[in-house]
Amino acid sequence: MVEKITVGHVHMSGCTGCLVSFADNYEGLFKILDNYADLVYALTLVDVRHVPEMDVALVEGSVCLQDKCSVEEIKETREKAKIVVALGGCAAYGNITRFCRGGQWNQPQMESYVPIGDLIDVDVYIPGCAPTPQQIRNVCLMAYLLLKGTDEQKELAGAYLKPLMALAKRGDEACGCDLMYDVINQGLCMGCGSCAAACPVRAVTIEGGKPQIERDLCIKCGACYAQCPRSFFNFDVMNEFEGISELIKEVMQ
Amino acid sequence: MVLGNYKTCVAARSTDKEILKGAQDGGIVTQLFAYALEEGIIDGAIVAGPSDEPWKPEPMVATTRAELLAARGTKYNLSPNISLLKEATRSYGLDRIGIVGTPCQMQAVRKAQLYPIGMRDVPDKIALAIGIFCMENFPYQSIEAIVEDHCNQKLESVTKMDIGKGKFWAYTERGAVSQIPLKVTHKYEQPGCHVCLDYVSNLADVSTGSVGTPDGWSTVFVRTKNGENAWNKAITAGCFETQDIAGVKPGLDLVTKLATDKITKNQKTLEARASFGVGKGLRNPYL
Repeated sequence: MVEKITVGHVHMSGCTGCLVSFADNYEGLFKILDNYADLVYALTLVDVRHVPEMDVALVEGSVCLQDKCSVEEIKETREKAKIVVALGGCAAYGNITRFCRGGQWNQPQMESYVPIGDLIDVDVYIPGCAPTPQQIRNVCLMAYLLLKGTDEQKELAGAYLKPLMALAKRGDEACGCDLMYDVINQGLCMGCGSCAAACPVRAVTIEGGKPQIERDLCIKCGACYAQCPRSFFNFDVMNEFEGISELIKEVMQ
Repeated sequence: MVLGNYKTCVAARSTDKEILKGAQDGGIVTQLFAYALEEGIIDGAIVAGPSDEPWKPEPMVATTRAELLAARGTKYNLSPNISLLKEATRSYGLDRIGIVGTPCQMQAVRKAQLYPIGMRDVPDKIALAIGIFCMENFPYQSIEAIVEDHCNQKLESVTKMDIGKGKFWAYTERGAVSQIPLKVTHKYEQPGCHVCLDYVSNLADVSTGSVGTPDGWSTVFVRTKNGENAWNKAITAGCFETQDIAGVKPGLDLVTKLATDKITKNQKTLEARASFGVGKGLRNPYL
């Protein structure tokens, strides 16, 4: 087996759901750790106190501006990781932490939470609350192929990751309104229902063939827009779905 | 990619009289799902089922042959089938999902598999995705306008709608047939369809449509290993009557022509969108 990449899980203000989701690859997680990635940093899983050098940092959670430790840690992560991945809605878009008002017992002054992209450049976004185990797995494998694969694999992995990198460039605000602004208002919606299926809080229903967003329910995780085939659709990748699905199955066995 | 990747292409129709009775053409989707359900290839299928309003489809998870039969036939308006994709694995507990849809919906299915951003535990559970040929789709209000205003028929009295030979057809229970040229229906089309670059559901496991084959038959593309597996078993079980596609009229030339027309026309739309404003354009989802 060729050399592995190093991956760390950096925990900001999140609920640990992203880490649980990563672990929910079950034996797939062991496969990833056995063959493709060394976990060099992770709360409770790895006994390392300070952010080390690593290839890929999976960052969960948003940054609390009043928590000096978190601010330092996210900056350190950017310095020490080749690729920074915003893992999940909080890191990418603020998600549920966008709604916080502070006032929690013993740290009432901690009230301002921002997605990591407000403080550092982010390379890849994995939206969703929680991001799915399969999406995290796919990104891990593609990151591995991008860094360690053959030229052909590098090209495929690059094409796969491109839209997720474009999401990171697009900005760090997201909500169900994106479906209106970027899809319906742009004359692109064709009423497939992907957004409604993707929403973890059932804030999206389909009315008259188009998404209807219950904005009070929306947690700003970005899943609906990212899942929409009319947000991004990569022919290079999508036309190869059978081969890629088989490749993933094969390398995870 | 005009016709997409495929392993085989045949003209086919169901051998089941009951299925054919209410089918749009050759009853391919209903028959293949009914067989797959019986054989355990799928646990259920997401289909465009009936709703309270005439000709307004409602996505449903069909887990019986009777439910599949109730959903037969084409409804030319929006059925957000993908909205049930995750739900089918949850409330319905399906491990092997069948799903039928238009080319854009097949794109959504494959995106859900490759980028399962909000589709936890869904990617491995797509067992059979059947795509249908599609030039464009209509909002429900458009269908009301086309059928009631242009064809002068009450929606609830219509027994079948069809698009073919350059016309939109409405057949009624009393035997009347209304037809209007498609140039009348164009303005009622859903705008989102005009950027679609796929006519024959390139990304489905099996895709089918009436174009290319005689009345009562369907053209069938078998595209993936999954599709081939289900299709070959169904053929062996005698579910379908088939003919060599090279031997039927009008044949694949017409399919190729319509597919090329759609792609060319919609490429132009995409180009026009790029400079829609003054120094500003509209989004291109394929970039």
